[in-house]
Amino acid sequence: MRTCDLGLIDFIEAYRLQKDCVRKVGEGGTETVFLCEHPVVVTQGRSTQPGHLLASDAELRKRKIPVITIDRGGDVTLHAPGQLVVYPIIDLRSRGRDLKVYINLLEQTAINFLNDLGIAAQRNPGYTGVWVEDRKIASLGIGVSKWIAYHGIAINININLERFSLIRPCGLDVQMTSVYDRRGPEIGMDEAKSLFLTHLLRIFK
Amino acid sequence: MYELVLPQLGEGIDKATVAVWHVQCGDTITDQDDIVEVVSDKATFNIPAGASGQVREICASQGDEVAVGQVLARIAQAENS
Repeated sequence: MRTCDLGLIDFIEAYRLQKDCVRKVGEGGTETVFLCEHPVVVTQGRSTQPGHLLASDAELRKRKIPVITIDRGGDVTLHAPGQLVVYPIIDLRSRGRDLKVYINLLEQTAINFLNDLGIAAQRNPGYTGVWVEDRKIASLGIGVSKWIAYHGIAINININLERFSLIRPCGLDVQMTSVYDRRGPEIGMDEAKSLFLTHLLRIFK
Repeated sequence: MYELVLPQLGEGIDKATVAVWHVQCGDTITDQDDIVEVVSDKATFNIPAGASGQVREICASQGDEVAVGQVLARIAQAENS
């Protein structure tokens, strides 16, 4: 499996890289994990309902926050610097062709990563994603083409959580939390990327 | 006539919602073309045609919930597919 740190990258540019990689993996190329952060952007998955974008068009324009509808599962979410976004391009043909199992493995990767940081992260029955008590710390949404998975998971490291007030995250009345919120500034993005990758490669070996 | 059905997507997933059709009736397609995207929980899944030919009937509309095994489209197969 190849890993690729894209740094701070525009959401659409990262999407194009993913789609190109999906095609290559489908043709027998090496599975790849992209890690990155995005400039502030709101994305709407296929399950987004009206009213889940709380900010007005005027406010979003004033704050220069684009809104992009994209081909992933799930509702509305927000990406911004300080959030680790991971896009595993994974061949599910050799991993059981089971969407639920794959999503479960992504959740488990995040749980193991956060537990390793001393954060009591867990699942919340009925609600996909990763939670700390009643607050959400990681959100998931995937796309699959020819059984090659793309999109992935976003984990709040030290993102400004105030921005989530612009949306109903994942369509839920939920407060978000982050590694910084739980542990303070000691865990930076570089360390988070390295540790998350360790756990991901362990689960997807 | 080839019938494209909603395939098995995983254990415990018995239905999905039609999100986007990539084709319309009359379109000529190959078996590898993704022709419809469905949504189940936090996943979108693109379903390939499975047969080359012409789309003759689209059997579920955007927003419809379909069960695994339910027919999504009918394709008139090309003679030499």
